[in-house]
Amino acid sequence: MNTPSFFQTDALIAEDIDAYLEQHQHKSLLRFITCGSVDDGKSTLIGRLLYDSKMIFEDQLAALESDSARHGTQGTEIDFALLVDGLAAEREQGITIDVAYRFFTTEKRKFIVADTPGHEQYTRNMVTGASTADLAVILIDARKGVLQQTRRHSYLVHLLGIRHVVLAVNKMDLVGYDQATFDAILADYRAFATSIGISDFTAIPISGFKGDNITALSANTPWYSGPALIEHLETVEVDAAAAQTQPFRMPVQLVNRPNLDFRGFAGQIASGVVRPGDAVRIVPSGKTSTVKAITTFDGDLHEAVAGQSVTLTLADEVDCSRGDLIAAAGDPPQASDQFCATFVWMDEEALKPGRGYWLKLGTQMVTATVQPPKYEIDVNSLEHLAAKTLTLNAIGVAEFATDRPIAFEPYATNRQLGGFILIDKFTNATVAAGMIEFNLRRADNVHWQPVAITREDHAGMKNQKPKVLWFTGLSGSGKSTIANEVEKQLFVMNRHTFLLDGDNVRHGLNRDLGFTEADRIENIRRVGEVAKLMADAGLIVLTAFISPFRAERQMVREMLPPGEFVEIFVDTPLSVAEARDVKGLYKKARSGQLKNFTGIDSPYEPPESPEIRVNTVDMTPEEAARYIIQQILPLK
Amino acid sequence: MRSLTHLERLEAESIHIFREVVAEAENPVMLYSVGKDSAVMLHLARKAFYPAPPPFKLLHVDTTWKFKAMYALREKAAQDAGMELLVHQNPEAKALGINPFDHGPLHTDMWKTEGLKQALDLYGFDVAFGGARRDEEKSRAKERMFSFRTASHSWDPKNQRPELWNLYNARKKKGESIRVFPISNWTELDIWQYIMNEGIEIVPLYFAAQRPTFEYEGGLFMADDLPRLEAVMGYRPEITMRSIRFRTLGCFPLTGAVESSAASLSEVVQEMLLTTTSERQGRVIDKDGGDASMEKKKQEGYF
Repeated sequence: MNTPSFFQTDALIAEDIDAYLEQHQHKSLLRFITCGSVDDGKSTLIGRLLYDSKMIFEDQLAALESDSARHGTQGTEIDFALLVDGLAAEREQGITIDVAYRFFTTEKRKFIVADTPGHEQYTRNMVTGASTADLAVILIDARKGVLQQTRRHSYLVHLLGIRHVVLAVNKMDLVGYDQATFDAILADYRAFATSIGISDFTAIPISGFKGDNITALSANTPWYSGPALIEHLETVEVDAAAAQTQPFRMPVQLVNRPNLDFRGFAGQIASGVVRPGDAVRIVPSGKTSTVKAITTFDGDLHEAVAGQSVTLTLADEVDCSRGDLIAAAGDPPQASDQFCATFVWMDEEALKPGRGYWLKLGTQMVTATVQPPKYEIDVNSLEHLAAKTLTLNAIGVAEFATDRPIAFEPYATNRQLGGFILIDKFTNATVAAGMIEFNLRRADNVHWQPVAITREDHAGMKNQKPKVLWFTGLSGSGKSTIANEVEKQLFVMNRHTFLLDGDNVRHGLNRDLGFTEADRIENIRRVGEVAKLMADAGLIVLTAFISPFRAERQMVREMLPPGEFVEIFVDTPLSVAEARDVKGLYKKARSGQLKNFTGIDSPYEPPESPEIRVNTVDMTPEEAARYIIQQILPLK
Repeated sequence: MRSLTHLERLEAESIHIFREVVAEAENPVMLYSVGKDSAVMLHLARKAFYPAPPPFKLLHVDTTWKFKAMYALREKAAQDAGMELLVHQNPEAKALGINPFDHGPLHTDMWKTEGLKQALDLYGFDVAFGGARRDEEKSRAKERMFSFRTASHSWDPKNQRPELWNLYNARKKKGESIRVFPISNWTELDIWQYIMNEGIEIVPLYFAAQRPTFEYEGGLFMADDLPRLEAVMGYRPEITMRSIRFRTLGCFPLTGAVESSAASLSEVVQEMLLTTTSERQGRVIDKDGGDASMEKKKQEGYF
């Protein structure tokens, strides 16, 4: 067997070991996973990599040869899979059933390979292997093409945030090294990959068994111009250093206090860079201090970067312990007790929504409850399925609530600060792995951007006092008509106004919402936020929405400074509104064609003490408008 | 911005693991075998808690058949680290006079497997650090960093806790324990390189020197304690002085020596890289019981 030039050069080792060690010293590390269906040849490929990189010794090779004769599936040839399939049960069944970690080195890099299982019931192991990988090699059997399991593995790889994907079309020897077969698989996979958000991947035709395009380009595939698999793995850029460009964050593992003079905070830096003198903030408490020193066994450091395990001392006696996070003072992470996450269920016993689980994120351990999943993701079709729970190997999206605020980042921003596990409080089993999508308490965590031009400046420029004139009443009560009239009269008075109309907003901003109770609540919340922004801009805002619930009207009132929210109850009795039926909706609702119609089969809660009440039975819209304006004057 | 080298990443990972255990375990201990992997593990533990000494004890499960040089370094290393050293010898094995010549696999089982279980139960340790590496052996490659053991110390390879990111689940019930392997992801070359970079003291037997040797069942061994050997073997083996060294250290009658002239660290590494047999081959332990022997031993509670 030819030893390819990629691997450790015996000549250098023999002639100048110190030069070799110096070279090895500065190698970077690439962690990757291999995944594919049962029989796609993963273990064979890894066995081949180990063999070609001379990680198999003569005694192991001898054992392998005897094993191959006994259990092997390759006739008289060496079955590399036997080398990798470590556990006895696996050797008997001939499949890989757990994650195995393998190591090999080339001249340029050191590699840690997670060999992850292809069998459906072991999804959790694949997710485990993917969680620490920088790159994924997805194997496809050239004879079979893109299978459901290929799709599932690709989806999981993407879900776990692996940005580098290699599509290794294996067993090319069994399809006669046919280019058309390769191209067809490539096109098929590209269509799928694009649909799930994998924008880039490298496809390589290989034979793990024969060694084609593994370490060097093969003469059997003259139509393929490279790179060979190893060459690609050696040169692909790793994003490990990317974490350094983010703001500083270090979860505190423990407080090191050997004597009264030393109090250090030990942890592994999750992102960014830290130097003595840096201003830091403890999250969630918000206390601030500065870094006094970065203490290590090898002496104090002038700088430490993401990935390093260090001990920090601070200039002040601040309260800080395990579970807290030390962050850049000016750019701390979010802290919240509610968030939305995608999670993989990994236990035989299904998720119990509402039950308390231990949630471990970074060094934080809190009790968390999970809401019933919003949906489960079918990893084969990627459809969203309705789900009341998640069972073993299911993936879903749900809202999580913790018993106290925790600091985190979205998983897409930082794996260490966005990935968490759930632990069953009784069995202590690790039952789920989750990836935080977003914080549900946005307002608590958006650090307000101070603006130079204040809302007072905006209003002063317009020479008016901002207001939100909130019209509420039944459908057909005359809200829109009167609000329009009010706006016309204000316009004549040179007031700067804007009218938000219920029907119009539902065509744009809120077109995703229906008429269920939850959607009605969200509809009003959004309109309230928009109205508030417009009031901040100095406008007099008029809104015409049924807004049937008191609680939501109260919510909008509380968003605004006192006196700015003017609730106007357009008080038209149901019988009158229904008799008018301008849009023919009451008729539809009465006949059952329209569900959740306010006043018919959905409640309307009239205001208890509105600022203004107008009676549309006795007043024309013009009269009502004049009356309203009189009530809100002066407007300067 | 700078990228960390592979050794820096491995060191940071190991330190992180030590600290997680100390933060979450009630009564951890470090299994210390005096070999080069133990030496690296001990060094990493000192780094993890500096300027404090590591906040746990060292435990040597002794078979009474270790090399004299190992016993010497054992005491010194513990002292240098400012740690208390516990030594446990299985009293039953002692009483029965279990030795590697007359008792074969029973020697390992009683002194090491049973001895370890006894010591863990005796002191009530709930977490034991071990210096195993995944590149050593097939079943090690699949073991978690945090390897959960039942109250009877057994390992169930089919029911391991998933281990994601750098999040380790150290929760357990009373009586259950966890073996933690902080240097799982280190290779033999990494270990040597780190010993070199950090100037870590290791047993001199790793370096070649003229030593008294004898041949036994096709292997080359060192006559570390000739009178004792003679007593158990029933005859005086023929002793030849040879330049030998050891790639791995265990009980002297079970650990095969290699003829070598590698007397410095870089020569040792050079020899290791150019060699064609695997590290554990010098140890008899992996061969008894056939193909799956290490896996079987681990299920029974072997380290």
